[in-house]
Amino acid sequence: MILSEATARDYFELLKPRVMSLVIFTAFAGLVLAPGHINPVIGVIAILCIAVGAGASGALNMWYDADIDAVMSRTAKRPIPAGRVQPREALAFGLTLSAFSVAILGLAVNWLSAGLLAFTIFFYAVIYTMWLKRSTPQNIVIGGAAGAFPPMIGWACVTNGVSVESIVLFLITFLWTPPHFWALALFKMRDYGAVGVPMLPNVAGEKTTKQQIMVYAVLTALIAVAPTYLGFASLGYGIFAAAMGIGFVWYSIGVLRMPESDRVMVPAKKLFGYSIFYLFAIFSGLMIDRAVMAAGWLAGWSV
Amino acid sequence: METITLTDKQKKSRRGRNIAIAATLVGLVVLFYIITLVKFAGGMAG
Repeated sequence: MILSEATARDYFELLKPRVMSLVIFTAFAGLVLAPGHINPVIGVIAILCIAVGAGASGALNMWYDADIDAVMSRTAKRPIPAGRVQPREALAFGLTLSAFSVAILGLAVNWLSAGLLAFTIFFYAVIYTMWLKRSTPQNIVIGGAAGAFPPMIGWACVTNGVSVESIVLFLITFLWTPPHFWALALFKMRDYGAVGVPMLPNVAGEKTTKQQIMVYAVLTALIAVAPTYLGFASLGYGIFAAAMGIGFVWYSIGVLRMPESDRVMVPAKKLFGYSIFYLFAIFSGLMIDRAVMAAGWLAGWSV
Repeated sequence: METITLTDKQKKSRRGRNIAIAATLVGLVVLFYIITLVKFAGGMAG
């Protein structure tokens, strides 16, 4: 038996807190944007369950990927490769949190949301981490679905259903993931190459990656305007989303123009930074738009 | 009998983990209590 020196903080780190903050934000957006009403206390519990479920899948990912995490500079200090948490402890932690988050979401909110959460955890831990990540350069395109489910789960918490609008929210994050992650992969490709993970830049080359970044950036920009087109966001949001989308495409053009000899890759780093800002801005824009429309609607009634 | 003596660092980290587990358990109790209250209130209103 190995005596543990793991602290509570090490276990918290297994939950990938930074990914979790994005999940909390987009799940909250799904909850706010869905038509209908949810008890605010139940809403908070729903977000908590989704966040813990996402964290659990992070812990399962770190359990399975400990071997390659140990080699890459970006991940070598994670609790398992650093030796602070034993792999089987992380596995037990991830499985326990998965079971509890799904069960509580089902009991407190509804079982459709719980089912979607369970599927998300399964998709990230098994389909992405265990299967696709190490076998295809399209890994993150399909794996991105796991990160795109939270707004859909938030939506399902309120409506107990899946609709075109919630699929659009899903698609925004889904299509956004490849340019976001490939920008990172471009300036970290030697890391991925060293551990044999087939990231697109290593397998298909930088040129193909840059072109595909461009394609997905355009698709993201188009789908982000769809809420206005489909009538669940205002024209104001549509103009804002279009401007943000032009920015996204602009930065990806910068990456496309980046010469192969460029090893510092400032445009790729800029695109990566902008992509995070972009996603927060789009979901914030949708929520602000909804709040403004709701206020206008109430004002109309009070006259 | 063979016994294991924990180092200070191991004792300190164990204490930290125990506190975190205790806090989680208390949190779950409070969570279930709140869920019950909200569900009951909803049921009566409905």
